[in-house]
Amino acid sequence: MPQELNIDHVAKLARIALTAEEKTRFAQQVGDVLHHIEQLSKVDVSGVEPTAHAFAVYNVWQEDVAQPGLPVDAALRNAPAQRENMVVVPKVVE
Amino acid sequence: MSDVIFQPITEVADALASRRLSATELMRAVIARTKAVEPRVHAFNSFEEADALAHSAASDARRDAGQSRGPLDGIPIALKDVIAVTGQPLTASSKMLANFVSPYDATVTTKLKQAGAVLWGRLNCDEFAMGSSTENSAFGPTGNPWDVTRVPGGSSGGSGAALAAGEAIATLGSDTGGSIRQPAALCGVVGLKPTYGLVSRYGLIAYASSLDQIGPFARTVEDAAIVLQAIAGHDERDSTSYRADIPDYRAELKTRRGPWKLGIPKEYFGEGLDPEIAAAVEQAIAFYKQQGCEIREVSLPHTQYCLDTYYIIATAEASSNLARFDGIRYGHRSANATDVVDLYFKSRAEGFGAEVKRRIILGTYVLSSGYYDAYYVRAQKVRTLIRQDFLNAYKEVDALLTPTSPIPAFKIGEKSDPLAMYLCDIYTIGVNLAGLPGISVPCGFTTSGLPIGLQLIGQPFQEANLLAIAQTYERAHDWHRRTPKL
Repeated sequence: MPQELNIDHVAKLARIALTAEEKTRFAQQVGDVLHHIEQLSKVDVSGVEPTAHAFAVYNVWQEDVAQPGLPVDAALRNAPAQRENMVVVPKVVE
Repeated sequence: MSDVIFQPITEVADALASRRLSATELMRAVIARTKAVEPRVHAFNSFEEADALAHSAASDARRDAGQSRGPLDGIPIALKDVIAVTGQPLTASSKMLANFVSPYDATVTTKLKQAGAVLWGRLNCDEFAMGSSTENSAFGPTGNPWDVTRVPGGSSGGSGAALAAGEAIATLGSDTGGSIRQPAALCGVVGLKPTYGLVSRYGLIAYASSLDQIGPFARTVEDAAIVLQAIAGHDERDSTSYRADIPDYRAELKTRRGPWKLGIPKEYFGEGLDPEIAAAVEQAIAFYKQQGCEIREVSLPHTQYCLDTYYIIATAEASSNLARFDGIRYGHRSANATDVVDLYFKSRAEGFGAEVKRRIILGTYVLSSGYYDAYYVRAQKVRTLIRQDFLNAYKEVDALLTPTSPIPAFKIGEKSDPLAMYLCDIYTIGVNLAGLPGISVPCGFTTSGLPIGLQLIGQPFQEANLLAIAQTYERAHDWHRRTPKL
């Protein structure tokens, strides 16, 4: 199994800013876990189907009927910043 | 009525029905107890007395009008702080959601309200339900009522501790890898993780969606049956919800008397199991034998791979589920960001604690390009083999009997290594991977007075049988009646 962990790359994918201390600590701790996980490569999984859910259900349909949703004020109540029924965010396009 | 706080739902409901006790008196007793012990236990993130008393008064009014809604009407039930209640804080014990107020009810919340239960407070847990000790809470650890210098287990530590300390009559938790059963064992109460799909996950803050289930903590098996009855059932808001008739669990308890065939998985009694726990579980096995149950050793050969499989699948799902916390629509937003991408990075860095970051990092890694097949897909295949082990065992036996936790409650601060902490869940994790129901019932105490839990693992959707097997043990023992000296 692959084991090299590029902590900068993974933290970037995860969109988390890590301090230098966190990078060192997490790389070591996650590395220990990955080392433990290595034993999974010993299991013979040829011909075994993957399990995504213990009791898989497929094609759950619902009638397409309009239901009352959250009112705008309730949906916005937890927004960090809002104005005129909208969430305010930093400028996205220059 | 000072001991009402330690009575099971069944007895409290009788007292309410016969008017020896009012729901308001009951709630006042629970509030007084909570205020007295919270400085030492810290099971709650928050509670609202006036709101609870208003609902208690409404319950009394229903009873006066002859419109009682059944055994849960007026019963104070506290919920883990990952289950949504309209108008109440919902923090997941994280700084990320420190100021979040839920705009809607979880399905279990709606169902408990319909049953007349008085929802009481928000219970502490490991941040985003990630942990085995409740030490990962952003709001400080919870003390185990049997020894407040020790952990209550986790992640639903507040749910176990509040019940053991007499701060609620029943509680709800959630279980992704043992987060109901392990704290129930460490706190000396009953904890039930239902079959995956039996209880709706709508309104539960998602950790690992293919493993998460909500379930009750209770003083007795019958109480767990009563709460399960109220919260189980199909819900179109959860696409993995199980579509079937729900039996009358309490009535089934009276009719199912065994004897059963019980399997002892040999892999669950190996290295790392505390000798006092092993001895207590051996005595429970001997008890079932005396009752005429057939005891068979069985093998779950992939047990040694459960932990690794879990930490790939759970963290992968968590990295995806927790991507929604980006500081935009709700949750913590960094005040120091230079642009929108920087806002994501800094809000997540400031909002999440160390264990959550570690699991997101691990989950992101196992899903990342080049590693997905080697880790994630392989883990899903091993999951199939783990599940098959259980289903094979159930060709021979009705249920499995194991310890719940390899060790009793440990000291707060004792386990600083994440991997050592992960090993706490070694006997509970397989049940989640296989989607099975599992229950922990008190089965003794260590010489230093710490509770020990017995785990029974049932067949899919056979909760009625599982509860009956557990109650057979409970009726002949009084471990569950002991209360901590706080």
